[in-house]
Amino acid sequence: MNAPGFSRGSDPLDLHEWKGVESSGSDPLEKPAVTPRLWLALYLPHFPLEVLGAERASLLPVAVITGGGARTTVVAADARAARTGVRIAMSASAACALAPNLILASRDETAEAAALEGLAAWAGQFTSFVSLVLPHGLLLEIGGSLAFFGGLDALLAKVRGAIDALDYSACFGVAPTPLGAWLLARVGSEEPVTALHALPARLAPVPLAYMDLPRRVEESLHSIGVEHFGDCCRLPRDGVARRTDPRLLAYLDRALGKRADPRQPYTPPPTFQRRLSLPGDVKDTETLLIAAERLLLELAGYLRARAGGVQTLEWHLAHRRSPATRLVIELVTPSRDAGHLLLLLRERLARVTLVEAVVYLGVRVRTILPLAPSSQDLFGEEGIAGGDWHTLVERLRSRLGRDAVQGITPSADHRPEKAWRCCTPGESVTGEPARYPRRPLWLLDPPEVLQTVAGDPWFDGKLHLTHGPERIESGWWDGDDIARDYFEALHTGGTRYWIYRELRERRGWYLHGIFA
Amino acid sequence: MSAALEQLRRHPAMWRRETPPANALSTGFPVLDEVLPDAGWPMGALTEILVPRAGAGELHLVLPALAELGARGRWLAWVGPPHVPYAPALAARGIALSRILWVRGDNPAQQLWSAEQALRSGVCGAVLAWPARVHPRRLRRLQLAAESGGAWALLFRGEAPPEDASPASLRLRVMPAEKGLAVEVLKCRGKPGARVEIALDE
Repeated sequence: MNAPGFSRGSDPLDLHEWKGVESSGSDPLEKPAVTPRLWLALYLPHFPLEVLGAERASLLPVAVITGGGARTTVVAADARAARTGVRIAMSASAACALAPNLILASRDETAEAAALEGLAAWAGQFTSFVSLVLPHGLLLEIGGSLAFFGGLDALLAKVRGAIDALDYSACFGVAPTPLGAWLLARVGSEEPVTALHALPARLAPVPLAYMDLPRRVEESLHSIGVEHFGDCCRLPRDGVARRTDPRLLAYLDRALGKRADPRQPYTPPPTFQRRLSLPGDVKDTETLLIAAERLLLELAGYLRARAGGVQTLEWHLAHRRSPATRLVIELVTPSRDAGHLLLLLRERLARVTLVEAVVYLGVRVRTILPLAPSSQDLFGEEGIAGGDWHTLVERLRSRLGRDAVQGITPSADHRPEKAWRCCTPGESVTGEPARYPRRPLWLLDPPEVLQTVAGDPWFDGKLHLTHGPERIESGWWDGDDIARDYFEALHTGGTRYWIYRELRERRGWYLHGIFA
Repeated sequence: MSAALEQLRRHPAMWRRETPPANALSTGFPVLDEVLPDAGWPMGALTEILVPRAGAGELHLVLPALAELGARGRWLAWVGPPHVPYAPALAARGIALSRILWVRGDNPAQQLWSAEQALRSGVCGAVLAWPARVHPRRLRRLQLAAESGGAWALLFRGEAPPEDASPASLRLRVMPAEKGLAVEVLKCRGKPGARVEIALDE
């Protein structure tokens, strides 16, 4: 499994942390590495089952159910259940009719969310960019990791091996767009697509059901005989926008790379804390160690991504009635070797007598220690020259004046000119941005008076109103009250403007923003 | 060189101080990445975006990359923008406002000086500037500053004469298209001339 070129038998990822290795043999004429974006989607079809650990524990067929009463449906079924004909989305009563000895387990969405985050932290060992796809998937940007892992095949084999060790089953999809990769993973089309031009043909057979479209859109597409992704692409764009939903076009564009599809990177928490519920009540050490191994493999991936190790590991063994058993394992030197940490737990468990069966197992690491001098990422927090942003701000302010160097922050006010303000750089109020309707990227301060021609607003040409009005009446309490109707207007040159009509006094038109 | 060291050199998280990292940042538009020589915006270099008519969509073109730089904790300096960068709209597009530095200079000379400082500082991922006229010699200084700070220097300009000698490693022209934006690669390493259309979010 090691990447080619390694003879030391150590984990090649450990090289991640070598800092300050002077590359005396560097070749200045070497061509820069070209690393186009490539996405690996991991879709976890049996996740609800695997999170509960129910599959391993029983010799009988198991299904995970959700909902209540007559609406109880199957969300996951193990191989034994599947052989009897139990399928996802089937009602629980139908499933029990097919498999009379079926064991039903309730879905635990909290545990699933925690497990997915644990998996995302673990995946940080393969790439610096991991994004969650709720509820059962991950997206890894692997374009930048290929060279290190010795190519796509080697990387995929490495991820496959690591995820098998965690005992999760995953479908892979590889494509130059995140949505493309996700759809390939969903349909189990595992042959990687590395070139954008090959993507339309590979996505064409994806059935509508896998596209997670709104039900109304899916039904209206079915009604006109559209069954697959490829059929959608063949429809006239204008007709699609008018007859179904303009978001469908955006979806197709994102999948094929014609539209940006920014993904939220997952940031692992600064400390590691995970727990696993155990299948039934567990008293024997071997079953506990199986669960512990999964936690430790996740921990190892998390530590590898952070170039760190642990010296103190806290285990929590929760019981049904008695207070939890807490085992603290201290190491002499920091480590992230899952096998070593598992061995230490095994030795410790041999020395304690459990008061009662264990219902869940938790592990916590409060302090991550550097295992070797940590490497600094090219785009790391400190910047490549190690400069300090305070120094930059101070230097700029000393020449331009204090007010000339500012940050910006949104402000809770409906009046567009007061919905933002200047602030000290770095001190923007971060939080959920207000869900305004469309707002322009540029604001004109102050708004510019527009001419009118035959009553229509005019700005270096005729403006066609495309959206609006959005009425904004606010601010009576501080004397700066406004009453305006805002519109989006399209100029013949293609620029989109944000303009308003004053509803008071002189009912003029004003230009207030540019969508740019 | 030993195999292990070779492996190390190719690690994505590694860079070498001897040679500036010739790295590229995905534009977020795969169709555009495909026609750019490094499969993205060149970091540590100068990009010129020619906008015959301001407001054509030029900001949308660079927002995905800016959002990514901000998410990585790098600063985004906006030097002398023509209007107010509107915080609610930028936040809604995933830009880390806490990494925005809005610099207002009184005159072009101050703005170019500020852009150069920001590029050189090493803390900025991108420095955006809107110079009206700029001498090729000043452009060369910006290019050097971008190299030394590993930053993406991004200049938005009106139509410039094509024969104008510029040190920019990438020059694009953007025009509104029927369903978004047409991007023309006027200058790049390798073979320029590609033209792609991208869709913009409504």
